[in-house]
Amino acid sequence: MKELIIIVLTAVFVNNVVLSQFMGICAFLGVSKQLKSSVGMGGAVIFVMVCATACTYPVYILLDRFEITYLRTVAFILVIAMFVQLIEIVMKKTMPGLYNALGVYLPLITTNCAVLGVTVANIDEDFTFVQSLFNALGTGLAFTLALVLFSGVRARIEHSDIPESFKGVPSTLIAASIVSLSFMGFSGLFS
Amino acid sequence: MKDKKKPLSAEFTKGLLKENPVLVMLLGMCPTLAVTTMASNAIGMGLATTFVLVCSNLVISLLKGVIPKAVRLPCFIVIIAGFVTLISFVMQRYLPSLYQSLGVFLTLITVNCIILGRAEAFASKNKVLPSVLDGLGMGLGFTLALLAMGSVREILGSGSWFGMKIPYLKHDPMTVFIMPAGGFFVLGCIIALVGKLSHKKPPKEISCENCPAAAICGKDREDCSAAESEAAE
Repeated sequence: MKELIIIVLTAVFVNNVVLSQFMGICAFLGVSKQLKSSVGMGGAVIFVMVCATACTYPVYILLDRFEITYLRTVAFILVIAMFVQLIEIVMKKTMPGLYNALGVYLPLITTNCAVLGVTVANIDEDFTFVQSLFNALGTGLAFTLALVLFSGVRARIEHSDIPESFKGVPSTLIAASIVSLSFMGFSGLFS
Repeated sequence: MKDKKKPLSAEFTKGLLKENPVLVMLLGMCPTLAVTTMASNAIGMGLATTFVLVCSNLVISLLKGVIPKAVRLPCFIVIIAGFVTLISFVMQRYLPSLYQSLGVFLTLITVNCIILGRAEAFASKNKVLPSVLDGLGMGLGFTLALLAMGSVREILGSGSWFGMKIPYLKHDPMTVFIMPAGGFFVLGCIIALVGKLSHKKPPKEISCENCPAAAICGKDREDCSAAESEAAE
C-alpha cells in the first residue's frame, strides 16, 4: 500500500507529467485558460489514462505472448483511439450528466501524448497491473494539478502590462517556466 | 491549391522559416521542450521526425484515393506509427546512446501533431512530389527550431556545444537552462524573437485554430469550438 501511495505522489509532484516531463503541453497551454475547463479536461484525462492503462496492459501481455512487442506503438495508439471513441459513445447514452461535464474534452485526448506516454512508461518501468493503474491515476492527477495551478497564473497574466513581443504565447511559456521552477523544489523527495 | 501553381521549391522552403512548424505554427511543443537539453539530441530528434514525416507524407499521398474518408485518421496514425517503429529499430541498432537519451519521446513521435497535421492538411490532398517536399521542408524546419533550442540550452546550461567545451562558460554553467524550467523560458524567448523579427504579432494562444488535430478531435472544428464556448461560460 505504501508503495502505491509513493507511486502516486511521485507522479504528481516529483515527476510532474507536464512540468517536468513535457507531455501534453498542447492541451496544457490550450485549455488552461479557465479554471472550469482545466478541471473538466483534467477529469477527462484522469479517466482516460486509467482506462487506457487497464486496456493496454493486457494487450501488451498478449503481444509478449506472441513475441511481437515491437508492435506496441501501433497497437497502443489504436487501442487508445478506439477506446476514446467508445467511452464517448457509451457515456453519451448512459451517463449524460458526466458526458456534459467531461464529454467535450474527450475527442481532444486521443492525440494527447501524455496518454500514450503513460501507457508506454508503465511497460518500460516494469510496473505490475495494479502499480500501472496507480501510476496512471497519479499522472492524471499531476496533469490536473498543473492545469488548475496554471489557470490561476494565466488569469493574472491576462491583465498585466507585458512588452509587445512577449504578448500571448511567449509570456505564457515564461509563466510556465516559473511554475515549473517551483516544482523543482520537490525533486528528490522520495529517492 | 490547384489554380495557383506554386513552384515546387516553395513547398520546400515554406516550412523552413515562414511557416516553421514550431516557432510560427506552434505545433509539436512536447518534443521541442523535452529533448533539447543537448544540441546533438535535438538534431537526432529532428532528423528522426523528418524521416517519419517524409515517409508518411509519401505513403499517404500515394494512398489518398484508397483510404475511405471516414476512417482516414486512424489509417494515418497507423501508417505514422509503423514508420516510428521502423526508425526506432534503426536507431536502437546503430545509435544506441541517442536511442537511450531520447527515450519515450521517440515513441511519442507518433502523436506529434506536426506529422498528423501535415498528413491531414497537405499530403491527403496533394500529389506525391509536393507532399514529399512539404514533408522535407517541415521536417527540416522542425530540426532547425530544435537545433536553436538545443544550442541555446546546451551552451548556457552545460557550457558546451555538441559536447565541445566552451571556454569561460564551462566552469560555471547556469544549470537551470537544462532543467525543465529553462526549456519553457528559452522557447518563450525564441518565439518572441521570431515574432519580433518577422514583424508579426505572436499568436494569441494555442487554440483549435492552430491545431491540426482539430480534425481528429471527433467530427469537425465545430466540436472544438463547442468545447471552447462551453469552457467560456
